[in-house]
Amino acid sequence: MKIVKYRKIYIVISMVFIIIGIAAMIFNSVKGNGAFNYDIQFTGGTSIQVDLGQAVSDEEVSQVIQDITGEAPAQIQSLEETSKIIKTKSLEVETRNEIQEALKDKYGIENDSFTIQDVSGTISSEMKKNSVLSIVISCVCMLIYVSLRFKDFNIGASSVLALCHDALIVTGSYALLRIPFNNNYIAVVLTILGYSINATIVIFDRLREDRKVIGRNNFEALVDTAVNQTLRRSIFTSLTVFFTVVCLCIWGVDSIKQFALPIAVGVVAGAYSSVFISGNIWYILASLRFKKKQAKTGKK
Amino acid sequence: MKGKNVFILLLVLVAIAALTAVSLLGVGNAASTSDSSDEVQYELATDENGELATDENGSAQIVAIATTEATTVEGETASETTTEERIGYGGYKNIKLGLDLKGGVYIVYGPENDETPDSADMDAAVSMLQQRVEYKGYYDAEVSQEGTNKIRVEIPGVEDAAAVVEEIGEAAHLTFRAMNDDGTPGDILVDGTDVEDAGKAYQNNSVVVTLKFNENGRQAFAEATQNNVGKQIGIYMDDMLISAPTVNQAITDGNAIITGDFDAEGAEDLAAKIRSGSLPFSLKALEYNAVGARLGADSLSTSVKAGAVGIVLVLVFMLLVYRLPGFLADIALVGYTAINIIILSLTGISLTLPGVAGIVLGIGMAVDANVIVFERIKEEIRAGKSVKTAIHNGFDRALSAILDGNITTLIACAVLLWLGTGPIKGFAQTLILSIVVSMFSALVVTRLLLNLCANIGIKSPKLYGGK
Repeated sequence: MKIVKYRKIYIVISMVFIIIGIAAMIFNSVKGNGAFNYDIQFTGGTSIQVDLGQAVSDEEVSQVIQDITGEAPAQIQSLEETSKIIKTKSLEVETRNEIQEALKDKYGIENDSFTIQDVSGTISSEMKKNSVLSIVISCVCMLIYVSLRFKDFNIGASSVLALCHDALIVTGSYALLRIPFNNNYIAVVLTILGYSINATIVIFDRLREDRKVIGRNNFEALVDTAVNQTLRRSIFTSLTVFFTVVCLCIWGVDSIKQFALPIAVGVVAGAYSSVFISGNIWYILASLRFKKKQAKTGKK
Repeated sequence: MKGKNVFILLLVLVAIAALTAVSLLGVGNAASTSDSSDEVQYELATDENGELATDENGSAQIVAIATTEATTVEGETASETTTEERIGYGGYKNIKLGLDLKGGVYIVYGPENDETPDSADMDAAVSMLQQRVEYKGYYDAEVSQEGTNKIRVEIPGVEDAAAVVEEIGEAAHLTFRAMNDDGTPGDILVDGTDVEDAGKAYQNNSVVVTLKFNENGRQAFAEATQNNVGKQIGIYMDDMLISAPTVNQAITDGNAIITGDFDAEGAEDLAAKIRSGSLPFSLKALEYNAVGARLGADSLSTSVKAGAVGIVLVLVFMLLVYRLPGFLADIALVGYTAINIIILSLTGISLTLPGVAGIVLGIGMAVDANVIVFERIKEEIRAGKSVKTAIHNGFDRALSAILDGNITTLIACAVLLWLGTGPIKGFAQTLILSIVVSMFSALVVTRLLLNLCANIGIKSPKLYGGK
């Protein structure tokens, strides 16, 4: 398979997906829904997840809440069958108690049908800070590790650029598919980064070995050979991970699905970026440096 | 030679079978907890309190206030007996479940105005909350510091979050009280908020607890000690006695020392409890979450099912694509799952919902290492090498890629462990465990099995992916 020859096409495909994600963020925030479907861990507030045991319209539930708090809840979301997630601004314990009692009376359910969460503004702002911070720190650590291990900054830089690509696509999928944006996001992105860099390293590891055979400066042949030699591995591994994640998507409960779905997207994005993007970025960087070097020695 | 290899092969297979059996059944009895045991322990604790309070009369010492070690140790034993609820070991039933899987309430506390108290004050606050939940009878509760200025309280098996938040919401109230002859608390002499500081110090080769009162407290304490020379003064957290030192002499300068047979930890513990009565900041519940037990059980069963189906699919895939090596890798993967379960149940790492995902993802990593190696072996065989050489070279050449790939993933996990909270931490822990075990499974177990098979004489290159 020719990787370097069609590099522009591969990069454009990536760009399209990244732009779709960013467009979804802009579209959502213009519509007033927020760029992401922020969970209360990021916005602060109270979330009541309740299984009402019967099909009830959102309006009816909203009315129950409004009768107690005086204002309609910020959001009511229907889950499969009879469950609802009610999100309001952060409620006092007494108010929330009243709501719980009212719903229990009205629909004849028990305490074990409720999952209640309350997050203050302090926690939510810390959450935002930590998620950005942890992604940046991981990327920097990986850049340093890979650059040192391969004694080639270009390899470190292209691996990490491919990682940024994956992080962007996963983040975009959160906006596009309206996946609840909560503290799982950090775990999802970092897992994908881990997987993706793993795949990228396997390719560069091969490239490092091939240098002895193909020669240091035959960049195009190096990238094409390394990618093709590891292609079966790239496909098989992504497939097996994809299997397990899809199983979690199919049989898991909602919170597992929210976790598995973006990981499934990320596994595909990571496999794509390892095969089609990371090698090409390295090719571009290495060729640039090579040309510069040649220009320098030419002048002398 | 051949016989020896067959023997070792059988030994390895038996070992993996044994590990699998342990992971499924556990060693010893399966864990069982009864609801009533909590109450019994609670009553036991109060009985001990009463006894301790009356028995200690007359243990006077040279310094201002004297007590014996027994009072402080009592608090620790209460918490120790309750964490030890698991009876068997090693089985999947012994894995400690996170709140999201077994249901319960967690509350994150922080200072009212988001200041960052020093670590001594945080210790005091943690100690206060620990006392508080134990006093309320939640012996399974776990109180831990999170970050620099937050405290996470997790109480499993409770359903009514609102009640719990209200119950342990307010800060515990520390008081110094007179003690009646029967050991019951009498009038309040000094309020805990008048304690300026409490700490641990060394005096004549023994550990003591120092007390310092503010102006208000100095006067009240002077009066209290004058009136109670030779008697005990009880230090109470709400209605719970935490120490009952005997007064040796009147103390008028607001500085007192409690002596006794403390060890350093016991003294630190008592000091922290006393300090918590005078926390310079007030705690606020910043976040709480209650998971219904039914939801938790649903989450557990469905995700375990999903995980199991995922594992079976991967096993079948490996078998179909790689035949003999795939079959051996499958055996190693079963070993991986068993070892993972056993380690999880022995270390007491809480298994959370994201944690289940972590284990399943770990399988992906284990398979990956195998795939890299097998592809390499296949290449070697097609290049005309013998099966034995191919196996050797395959593992050798794949090693650097596998190590580098896993180490970078570990870097991501370490960051998660550092910055993540609650269930995310659980995810990082299980993923780290999975990665380490998966490397062992792929690089040691699979390799051993492959070599043994080759030594026994199963050498047809076809079986290893050759043409």
